Amino acid sequence: MSGFRHDLVVVGGGPAGVAGALTAALAGLRVALVDSSARLGGQYFRHSRAAQDAPGGAPELDGFLRRGRALAERADLLLGHRVWHVSREDGGLAVHCVTPDEQPLTVRGARLLIATGAHDRVVPFPGWDLPGVLTAGGAQALLKGSGVLAGRRAVVAGTGPFLLPVAAGLAGAGADVLAVYEAARGLGLARHPVLALGKAGEAAGYALALARHRVPYLTRRAVVAAHGDGALEAVTVARIDAGWNVVDTRVVECDTLAVGHGFVPQIELGVELGCGTRADADGSPVLVVDAAQRTTVPGVWAAGEPTGVGGWRLAEVEGRVAGHAVAAEHRASTRASTRASTGAPAVSGGGHGAPRALLARRRGMRAFAEALQRAYPVAPGWQGWLRDDTLVCRCEEVPVSRVREAQRLGATDARSIKLLARPGMGWCQGRICGYAVSCLAGEEPRPPKRPIAQPITLGALARSTDEPTTPNTPDE
Amino acid sequence: MTEPFTITVDGRQVAVTPGQTIGAALHAAGIRSWRSTRFCGRPRGLFCGIGVCFDCLVSVNGRPAERACLREAAPGDEVTTS
Amino acid sequence: MSDVIVVGAGMVGAACAYYAARAGLDVTVVDRGPVAGGTTGAGEGNVLVSDKEPGPELELALLSNRLWHSLAEAGDFEFEPKGGLVVAETEEVQRALVGLAGKQGVEHAVVAASELRDLEPHLAEGLAGGVLYPQDAQVQPMLAAARLLELGARSYGHGALRLRLGVTVTGFVRSGDRVTGVRTSQGDILGGAVVNASGTWGGEVAALAGVHLPILPRRGFILVTEPLPPMIRHKVYTAAYVTNVASDSAGLETSAVVESTQAGTVLIGASRERVGFDRTTSVPVLARLAAQAVALFPALRDVRAIRSYHGFRPYCPDHLPVIGPDPRAPGLYHACGHEGAGIGLAPATGHLMAQLLTGAAPDLDPQPFRPDRFPEEPQ
Repeated sequence: MSGFRHDLVVVGGGPAGVAGALTAALAGLRVALVDSSARLGGQYFRHSRAAQDAPGGAPELDGFLRRGRALAERADLLLGHRVWHVSREDGGLAVHCVTPDEQPLTVRGARLLIATGAHDRVVPFPGWDLPGVLTAGGAQALLKGSGVLAGRRAVVAGTGPFLLPVAAGLAGAGADVLAVYEAARGLGLARHPVLALGKAGEAAGYALALARHRVPYLTRRAVVAAHGDGALEAVTVARIDAGWNVVDTRVVECDTLAVGHGFVPQIELGVELGCGTRADADGSPVLVVDAAQRTTVPGVWAAGEPTGVGGWRLAEVEGRVAGHAVAAEHRASTRASTRASTGAPAVSGGGHGAPRALLARRRGMRAFAEALQRAYPVAPGWQGWLRDDTLVCRCEEVPVSRVREAQRLGATDARSIKLLARPGMGWCQGRICGYAVSCLAGEEPRPPKRPIAQPITLGALARSTDEPTTPNTPDE
Repeated sequence: MTEPFTITVDGRQVAVTPGQTIGAALHAAGIRSWRSTRFCGRPRGLFCGIGVCFDCLVSVNGRPAERACLREAAPGDEVTTS
Repeated sequence: MSDVIVVGAGMVGAACAYYAARAGLDVTVVDRGPVAGGTTGAGEGNVLVSDKEPGPELELALLSNRLWHSLAEAGDFEFEPKGGLVVAETEEVQRALVGLAGKQGVEHAVVAASELRDLEPHLAEGLAGGVLYPQDAQVQPMLAAARLLELGARSYGHGALRLRLGVTVTGFVRSGDRVTGVRTSQGDILGGAVVNASGTWGGEVAALAGVHLPILPRRGFILVTEPLPPMIRHKVYTAAYVTNVASDSAGLETSAVVESTQAGTVLIGASRERVGFDRTTSVPVLARLAAQAVALFPALRDVRAIRSYHGFRPYCPDHLPVIGPDPRAPGLYHACGHEGAGIGLAPATGHLMAQLLTGAAPDLDPQPFRPDRFPEEPQ
């Protein structure tokens, strides 16, 4: 295992990836981290350039930025690099990237940590492709990354605790947030059995912020249609039952809708390598990992949302556990090769090198994350919000009627619906519509197959086998 | 580079705070859609905001199909929309 | 009980069912998956007469080409008679192409180097010429298969064509030697005859009846670009494609096949490898496909690939399909092993099969396609 430029390649520069990379780097491993963004942070710690240049803001972000700086001194950071494919190669892993100037670059390492996060899940509804309708995460990214408010009169809707910080952020930055419409049942924030656990403080903080800005938080409500001529002008808000069936509706005028119905973990790199998957509590396919965050494929670890959505704190703990485990295996294999013993690569068994306290924290946070997923399910009633002409696939502009037609013709699963009607064939490769198409097909979402995970020019692809090297470290 | 600058969007000047994406700069300038879909001509702008949905595609300095939500604006960028 | 049970709801199975129903037979189509879920959905939708040496496959292709045109008028699916342009990199290859075209007896036009860009404005400089085949066409095969099944069911009497999806064939029902139906995951289905149209898996289905069919998978990758304004007018490929199609090599062969689709994407093929059912994406193969496409159309250099997919083309040792009754298992017919040409050859295969099933005089001599032409598998 000594022939590789890096002992560990990490894909993803959010809380999990940075924690894993830094833990391994501090243990003396040669680490490279690849991320498509210009700055570390992922979704949660997305920050403006000003925040990076002048820390002193939120303590959590400051802590992350500090770890990011520590990592930059000890590892190769390949920012602005998009990973289009990963493959096994000569006993290690090859991470195929496109550089910011569209050049191919392959980063090779003995081990891989997949920390690719998640993106918003949004179920379709009439008008959801009108400008002014953003994902909840999109509205937040605009604010965190660029300091831009998504709109003046905003509605926040969907399901899950993530709606709270999005609404609080928008209100705090000066938007008139008309309401948060939460589809789940109304227990009241403070009395929510899950939120009453460890995270209550954070939720209460957001609730307080919403109260301060007089933003109503209404449960068993959903935005079931968006209206406007060329841009969002109003939404239809419905009272819904437990199955998300519409009870009654009214129209609310607004210029912005931030909407999210949970998250989709980004697992395609693991799927491409053959990593085992399982259905998470919310039905999302996620990567199977053991106590050391190892996937079912030797040499490949995963941490954070790709192993199950659980928020940044859990992601960071998982990243640290993975970093410890990678370091432990690296030491074991180095010892083995020094002894020049049997020649078989040493794989550590139960010992994963992570502190016991860390493992205990992870256990508690995972249970909490699962409870959250169960408390904010997506119920099938949203399919009743659809009209024949509602787009399911935004890229290929496939309406509900064409999906139904494909089913009538004998498309009995999501894949054959895609083959016959083209949802998921376009630019986003089904990232946005995949969940909805699976639901319409009556099946759980299957692990996504995206051998080309990010667009790559044919010119760069043609040269992607030419270049054998990874870049030099800055200190070389 | 901390001073605000401008980029050109279809010939129009748009102000940018350093570090902003092209999509954010457009949004801040009140431009919320800048692309028409190829079959039905539907207007599109930012949706996912994090490079997943490809709704926000623009041409930057002659290179087509850049995600406006990912690409940080640079002084003098020539952005064209379709 | 049906007159015919067709195993496989891909393009070939759909064509067999359609023509059988048209000939007045009651048909049941069974498939373990959905419509068009196998190789049909994993290719390019080629309807080619240009890539075949003179011989029985070319005869089949020409018949099929005529049938495709009439099916396209009746069915509601994308069919583009756009023509194929085979280009030559050198004078020597151009002479060989012109020689082949002369032998084929297929409608064609020799294209001089100076005329290439009138046909395809974005072609690279320095090509030696080409041959244009106006009959070559492109079809959206998944939709075509589904529509053909629908058309058959709608046009030829109620119940003449039934579709049973999610039903796995596990064996055959026999009456003495004779095949009288299929055993499935959902019980026995009886029929007067059984047509094995299970493509790449045709050998496995044949084995359930105790007969040997040497059908093996040949892997092919396709690259798909971002949607673009129309850029490439024909199905354009290099002469190497013709030689590779008939090749016996087990190693990787690639040749550029490039075309625009109605959806706006550009499809880039073609690779051929014999690696069993290995589903691992190969970066070197994708890189070669990209390099060859860029060499042919330099403007593609800055165009992005957004997807790739692969399929397993069913091939026989002599590169001819298997079409007709199996004398080793009376009542069992085969329609499989079409390699990379299954979409193009499907209507003629179905038409021929219907003639064989009804005892009508076949339009083509089926002898070259007979199922028992291979040596028995060595024990």
